[in-house]
Amino acid sequence: MDLQKFFEMGGYAGYVWTSYGLTALILLWNWWAARRSEAEAQTAAKRRNELALERSS
Amino acid sequence: MTAARTPTLAAAKLVFQRDMTLAWRRWDEVAQPLIFYVVVTTMFPLATTPDLSALREIGGGVVWVAALLASLLALEALFRADVEDGTTEQWVLSGQPLGYLLLAKVAAHWVLTGLPLVIMSPIVGTGLGLPTSAWGVLMSSLLLGTGTLSILGGIGAALTVGVRRGSVLLSLLVLPLAMPLLIFGSRAVAMQMDGDSPAGPLQLLAAIFFMALSLGPIAMSAAIRISVEN
Amino acid sequence: MSWTWFHKLASPPHAYRILGTIAPWFGWASLALILLATWWGLVKAPADYQQGDGFRILYVHAPSAWMSMFAYVVMAVAAGVGLVWRIKLAHAAAAACAPIGASFTFLALATGSIWGKPMWGTWWVWDARLTSELLLLFLYLGYMALRASFDDPQRADRASAVLALVGVINVPIIHYSVNWWSTLHQPASVTKFDKPSIDLAMLIPLFIMIAGFQLYFGWAVSRRLRGEILRRERNANWLKEAA
Repeated sequence: MDLQKFFEMGGYAGYVWTSYGLTALILLWNWWAARRSEAEAQTAAKRRNELALERSS
Repeated sequence: MTAARTPTLAAAKLVFQRDMTLAWRRWDEVAQPLIFYVVVTTMFPLATTPDLSALREIGGGVVWVAALLASLLALEALFRADVEDGTTEQWVLSGQPLGYLLLAKVAAHWVLTGLPLVIMSPIVGTGLGLPTSAWGVLMSSLLLGTGTLSILGGIGAALTVGVRRGSVLLSLLVLPLAMPLLIFGSRAVAMQMDGDSPAGPLQLLAAIFFMALSLGPIAMSAAIRISVEN
Repeated sequence: MSWTWFHKLASPPHAYRILGTIAPWFGWASLALILLATWWGLVKAPADYQQGDGFRILYVHAPSAWMSMFAYVVMAVAAGVGLVWRIKLAHAAAAACAPIGASFTFLALATGSIWGKPMWGTWWVWDARLTSELLLLFLYLGYMALRASFDDPQRADRASAVLALVGVINVPIIHYSVNWWSTLHQPASVTKFDKPSIDLAMLIPLFIMIAGFQLYFGWAVSRRLRGEILRRERNANWLKEAA
């Protein structure tokens, strides 16, 4: 298969690749934001637990 | 608890009369949305063109947009004073159906802001080149539209009652929901001017109004309970 | 009796654990499907006889438009469940849906606009579908703005739930009115967008992509929901074992 032809997308290269790039960007953002939201809550919960342990000991 | 409850309709009537009396004492505040309405519609000829035949093309839409904005203007404070001084809390405890009492307040608000806009619209419309033949449709579409908008706005005001700087938020919540009104209302006016029958969009406006009338009180009372109960 | 499983499922510790188990499955499955559909859509599917290779934008535009509405409905259902049965978990789920749905709405708008440029010659056309997506974006933004404006999370939950329900009743009306409005204003020249007969070979990657997006949504909601649960349950005992 001709790679050059594939990247040209029949003259629509700019439009097609921008769309797919933007989609990748949005999916990556969602991935990052969801991970971060969970991770932040987890670290906060861990910290609270440690503090509680210190106080009780 | 055993004392006979005031009939709901009578209670709603009392709420309505109270709001009208209060508004009567501060009539300058009541006049403000109306002035705003006229000022906004004046801006369009100045911003575009004084040519009446060109203005006629967008006239119906401009009147509609201005009416939407003007009737949102006074909404923010609709429930605030009553929630802050505990009146709504008493309503919640009174055992009366809260939705109807709130609807009475919304009705009073509509009579004070929506109705004057409707009455004023032919004059404003004439300035934008709308022919007298379109007056009837303009007024009836606004009559139905501002009614629905007051109910939608009432839901928005009930949701934002406990929020600081609620007026911008209120517009952000209510305006997207009001888009169908704008579409049907301004199209009805345009269709009348094009010689088509505006019955379709007017009937749709009426349908939306009755839907808002039946479901709106439920949403309003749910929203007010959230602000009062916690 | 038969509802015990439901209450068990709706209890935060169980939900936290179950979501943690299923999220990776959603994640890997969605990755596989999205990659497959991307390859299929960009390489294997034949070019459209009218739009050439430009139609390949369909494979990201249509799924994101679908997800934007799907996420709104899920959000409203969750909000309704939370409001009626006072289930905190459902409110948390609604909160998790909103940013994801809004991002897909934005994506649908952006890809629609990019697709429109070669097809219509301008970046923006007031076409029914794009306009509906724009109004949907406004609804999402209003929902998130209302949620953010309360300090008390419980009030934020319930107030935004009422708004989501009012919004979901309005969505069909908005959709219908915008369609009606656009047919009045535009002659039937824009029908390039909605093909009456699309080839089956072109549809398969579309369905795979939609399935991939659905699973991806499931993954993102699970992750966000776990975060929400931890934040809301910060004083609960079970957290000491879980964390």
